[in-house]
Amino acid sequence: MSDRPSPDDGLSAAELAAKYGLAVSGARPGLVEYVRQLWGRRHFILAFSQAKLTAQYSQAKLGQLWQVATPLLNAAVYFLIFGLILEADRGMSREVYIPFLVTGVFVFTFTQSSVMAGVRAISSNLGLVRALHFPRASLPISFSLQQLQQLLFSMIVLFAVTLAFGSYPKLSWVLILPVLVLQFLFNTGLALIMARMGAKTPDLAQLMPFVMRTWMYASGVMFSIPVMLADHPKWIADILQWNPAAIYMDLMRFALIDGYGSENLPPHVWAVAGGWAALLMIGGFVYFWKAEERYGRG
Amino acid sequence: MADQDDRLTKHVEDTADAADGGSRIPTVIADDLHIVYRVNGAKTGKGSATAALSRILRRGSDDSARGVRKVHAVRGVSFVAYRGEAIGLIGSNGSGKSTLLRAIAGLLPAEEGHVYTDGQPSLLGVNAALMNDLTGERNVILGGLAMGMSREQIRERYQEIVDFSGINEKGDFITLPMRTYSSGMAARLRFSIAAAKDHDVLMIDEALATGDRSFQQRSEARIRELRKHAGTVFLVSHNNKSIRDTCDRVLWLERGELRMDGPTAEVLKEYEKFTGR
Repeated sequence: MSDRPSPDDGLSAAELAAKYGLAVSGARPGLVEYVRQLWGRRHFILAFSQAKLTAQYSQAKLGQLWQVATPLLNAAVYFLIFGLILEADRGMSREVYIPFLVTGVFVFTFTQSSVMAGVRAISSNLGLVRALHFPRASLPISFSLQQLQQLLFSMIVLFAVTLAFGSYPKLSWVLILPVLVLQFLFNTGLALIMARMGAKTPDLAQLMPFVMRTWMYASGVMFSIPVMLADHPKWIADILQWNPAAIYMDLMRFALIDGYGSENLPPHVWAVAGGWAALLMIGGFVYFWKAEERYGRG
Repeated sequence: MADQDDRLTKHVEDTADAADGGSRIPTVIADDLHIVYRVNGAKTGKGSATAALSRILRRGSDDSARGVRKVHAVRGVSFVAYRGEAIGLIGSNGSGKSTLLRAIAGLLPAEEGHVYTDGQPSLLGVNAALMNDLTGERNVILGGLAMGMSREQIRERYQEIVDFSGINEKGDFITLPMRTYSSGMAARLRFSIAAAKDHDVLMIDEALATGDRSFQQRSEARIRELRKHAGTVFLVSHNNKSIRDTCDRVLWLERGELRMDGPTAEVLKEYEKFTGR
C-alpha cells in the first residue's frame, strides 16, 4: 500500500469516466445502433424461437406430431359448431366454406397467438432480461417467429384440406408468400407494442383473451362479412373488412381457394395489407425501443 | 449534482490510498447509485380484490397510496474498480449484492446516480436462457447464443464445454433432455456454458458452490483463468474462503449501503466480527 497520489485525484466521477472512455451502463442505444445489435443477435432470435417450439410438445407421447394435430383439431371443432350446427356458411358452397373456415381459423390464430405471446414476452421472461444483455426486442420478435413456424405446420393441414375440397395448386398460390410476410410484419409490430404494455401492466395477459375473441368474431373468421351484414348499413361491413385480420384472411383465401374470387376482396386490398404491416412494424418497433432501458425493473 | 461529485471525489481519494496509485485504469465507476424495486400489491400483504380495486381507483395519486411498495435495495453506493482487480462482494442475505451486480451489468436501471463501465460487463449467469425440455446439446448452443457468442465460436468451444462439465463421463447424457439430469449435473452444465465466454468485466454470483468437490476445484481454476483475460472480476459469495482465495479487494454491503471497502483481509476481519464468527 503506497501513499503515492494518483493523477486522477480530484476528478469527479463523470470526468473520470470521460477521461478513460467509460460509458453509462445500460443506456439505450440509438435506433440505428439498436437495429444493428438486433441483427447481430439474429441467430439467437431464431434458435430461441425454435427451442420454444420444440419444448412445447416435448413431454407429449406423440411429440412433434401435435404441431400438426393441434390445428387440425381446432379446425374440426369450428367446423362442427359453425359449419354443421349454426350453418354460418351462408352464400357459400361446402367446397368453398370448409377451406374458407380453416384458412380463417389458422390465419387469425397466427395473429392471436403472436399478440398473446407478445404480452408475456417481457413479463414472463424477467429472469432472462435480468440476467443477460441483449436487445430486448429479440424476445417479442422471437415469439412472433415461433408463431410463424407454428403456422407453417398448420399450412400442411391447410393444403390437405383445400386439396380435399377440390382447390388444386395454381398460380395464385404464389401469393401465399407475400401474404405471410406482410402478416408476419404486422404481427411482430403488434407483439412489440403488446410487449411494452405487458411489461408495465402484466394484467393485460388476463384481459387480452377477451379482446382477441371480440376481434375474431368481428373479423369474419367463420362467416363472410358482406353476406352476413347485408341488412345493415354498408359502412359497418366496410370497417370490418378493412381491419387487418380480415384483410390477411381474405387475401389468403383468395390465394388458396378456387371458388373465392377477387369480388370478395375490398378495393386496394394489397395497399391496405402493406400499409397495416408497415405502420405496425415501424410504429411498434420505435414504441418498443423507446422503453428499452426500462425493461426488467420492478 | 455538485455535492454528489464532491462526495465521490473524496471517495476516489480514499480508495486510491488503499492500493498503489499511478497508472491505474478504471473499468467500473459507480457514482452515488440507488436502485429501487417496485412491487405491485404488496402493501397490505392480503392481496385481496378490494385492495386491488382501490389501487386502480387511486391511480392518479402517488405510488405508496396505490399499494405499490418500494424496496430501496441499493442506497448511494460509490466505488471505482480498476483493471486487474478481483473484487469480492459480501454481506448478509438481502443486503443488495446481486442487485448491485445487475446494476453494474446495466440490467437494472438506476433510480439515482450513474454506473460508468468500460465495454459491456457480463454476468456469469445463463440459467434463465436454458430450457429443461431441450437436450443438453441444444442448451449449449442456445446458452452460447444468448450470451452473444457466434455460431462459429460455439462450434469451436462445444467439445470443451461438454468435457469441462463432465456430463458425458457416465454415458451419453448430453443428448438427453436437461430435465432428466440430477441437480448437480444440471448445475455443472450451466456453469460450463456460462464460463465458456471471455469477458471484459466479469461478474460471478455465487457460482462456486455448485457440483461435487472435483468440479469445484475445476471451477475455481477456470475463474482464475477468466480473471487473467478479464479486466475486472466481481465475485458474490457467502463463502469467505473462496473470497479470500480469489479476491484482493472486498466491498461489504449491509442494508444496501456500502459499509466497508478495502483489502480482503481487513474487510473480512471486520465482517467476521460483525457476523459473530
